[in-house]
Amino acid sequence: MNFPEIVRFALRGVGANKLRSVLTMLGILIGVAAVILLVAVGNGSAQAIATRIEALGTNTLTVLSTGRAAGGLTMKVADALDDPVLAPGVRSVTPVVSASATLTHEGAEHRISSFVGTTPSWFTASNFPVETGAIFTDDDEAQARRVVVIGQTVAEELFSGVDPVGRQVTAGGALFTVTGVLEEKSSAGFQDVDDIAVAPISAVRQVLAGYGPLTSILVEADDSSQVDLVQSEIGAILNRKIPAGSDGAAAYRIQNASQLLATQTETAGTFTTLLGAVAAISLLVGGIGITNIMLVTVTERTREIGIRKALGAPRRVILTQFLVEATLLSVIGGGLGVAAAVLGSRFPIVGVQPVIVPSSIALALGVSVLIGLFFGGLPAARAARLRPIDALRYE
Amino acid sequence: MHPVLDVREITKVYGESDTEVRALDGVSLRVDRGEYVAVMGPSGSGKSTLMNILGCLDVPTSGAYLLDGVEVSRLSDEQLALARNRLIGFVFQAFNLIPRTSAVANVELPLAYSGMKAAERHRRAMFSLDLVGLADRADHEPHQLSGGQQQRVAVARALVTEPALLLADEPTGNLDSHATEEVLAVFDDLNAAGRTIVIITHEDEVGARADRLIRLFDGRLTSDTRQEPTGRHALALHAAGEKS
Repeated sequence: MNFPEIVRFALRGVGANKLRSVLTMLGILIGVAAVILLVAVGNGSAQAIATRIEALGTNTLTVLSTGRAAGGLTMKVADALDDPVLAPGVRSVTPVVSASATLTHEGAEHRISSFVGTTPSWFTASNFPVETGAIFTDDDEAQARRVVVIGQTVAEELFSGVDPVGRQVTAGGALFTVTGVLEEKSSAGFQDVDDIAVAPISAVRQVLAGYGPLTSILVEADDSSQVDLVQSEIGAILNRKIPAGSDGAAAYRIQNASQLLATQTETAGTFTTLLGAVAAISLLVGGIGITNIMLVTVTERTREIGIRKALGAPRRVILTQFLVEATLLSVIGGGLGVAAAVLGSRFPIVGVQPVIVPSSIALALGVSVLIGLFFGGLPAARAARLRPIDALRYE
Repeated sequence: MHPVLDVREITKVYGESDTEVRALDGVSLRVDRGEYVAVMGPSGSGKSTLMNILGCLDVPTSGAYLLDGVEVSRLSDEQLALARNRLIGFVFQAFNLIPRTSAVANVELPLAYSGMKAAERHRRAMFSLDLVGLADRADHEPHQLSGGQQQRVAVARALVTEPALLLADEPTGNLDSHATEEVLAVFDDLNAAGRTIVIITHEDEVGARADRLIRLFDGRLTSDTRQEPTGRHALALHAAGEKS
């Protein structure tokens, strides 16, 4: 009896028990699809975080005040950082004040969480270009002109269907003219980065924030490879300019985007591992389901094997047939599982766009196919070794 | 010419020491070509054990069994499969058709295992089904057939390879009198056409159809008599006419 003939027998065997075959394949399908999808969700969220942090610009350092020392970050400190002798790696220094404000326009009202006052270098340092209109200029800053660049969310809230450029909004009792709208940033996070308004720092201090300390200072390095060097350079300057508090704690903190990226990636990695563990459990449960179905049918199949042996089927032929059946069930089920996962990954799941990890496909498919083969093949192999009469009497 | 079956002093022992049961205790038997032998005996007399050994489904504890002149205990697993496939047609009390598989596919099975091409296989299977009068039910699955019809499919499957020996283990045990008559008529025809048949039964009217009656009791052969078979009707006369 040749191999194609045995395959045809196996196909008939699979077709003869449709419900059982479908249930077996369904078990494998769910196991495989769950593993691939869950790992893809973990991976997708990790990538979303990485993209978001990279969007901040990896060659940017943020100097924050710890708020304990009096004085803290001032415009003077910011000017001192822009020193080509002591800190040659610095490309630009951007002072930032941030306040919350309510913007109104023709009766529309929108409360904004970060109304940022800064200098024009902010747009490059924070990697936030405008989409329409223009950014404000150094001259606007020097003259404290009341101009503002707004984020997409603000534009939608206040100017639905109208071009906001050239229109005026009220903030803190003063009129600001909109000069531009920022590009939309992919924000899969918990905070809407597009809910922002950016105006010259001088104007914001006059109207909203007052002349207290700066919220932060953005320092842009020439090159992302120089970030660590620049960090130590500005650290030296800051140590001189802002002495540590009485308890010895530094009055400032430098946030490094690449450090942030590393921490966040690590967190996301943990998240993926956790999801992977849940997925592994579902694969295990799926595997037990496959095992169960395969073992439950052994009684019936053992009798069938007895009949086939009594009719003169050689052991080799029986073994091949049952192995091919088990392979068909697990490979088709696994293949459908992969298809379902690939299809499912095209849609966002709990707000995350899943990104499939190829090795998870190999792992999920490999494990379920092996389980199917083992528990489908092993009982058949045992039955094929029995004497026909023992197989026929098997209960 | 060697006999189809030559059984010499076979014993079959189940269990060990204390719980030992001798299902067969030194049975010797020869069956020649063209004989129609019925084996009778009460439950537990060892008929089924004998039948399973004759059908190469089980092995004796001791003794020799020559099938068509070949010592069975010397055959490898592969050769045994071949012997079951080519030399023996087995009919079970419980029919033992493969479920959810059409009648014709069931009958084709032994031919498939002997490596025959699909078209030829189908032709022979249909011929065999026609012989038992079920050609019109070829596409029915076992559960769509009556008990008698299922057993006739099983008989068609047993004889499709044209085996030297047809073994039937209580073939009518699960059938009503009408279905019994259907199946026995098929056996009569086959024997009339020269087939060797060994049939196990505990029904006297079934035993009466054979031309040799063997009785077993407690694993021993107690009688072996030739008899004038009943129920051959015109077929027997026809067969006799052919022989002369």
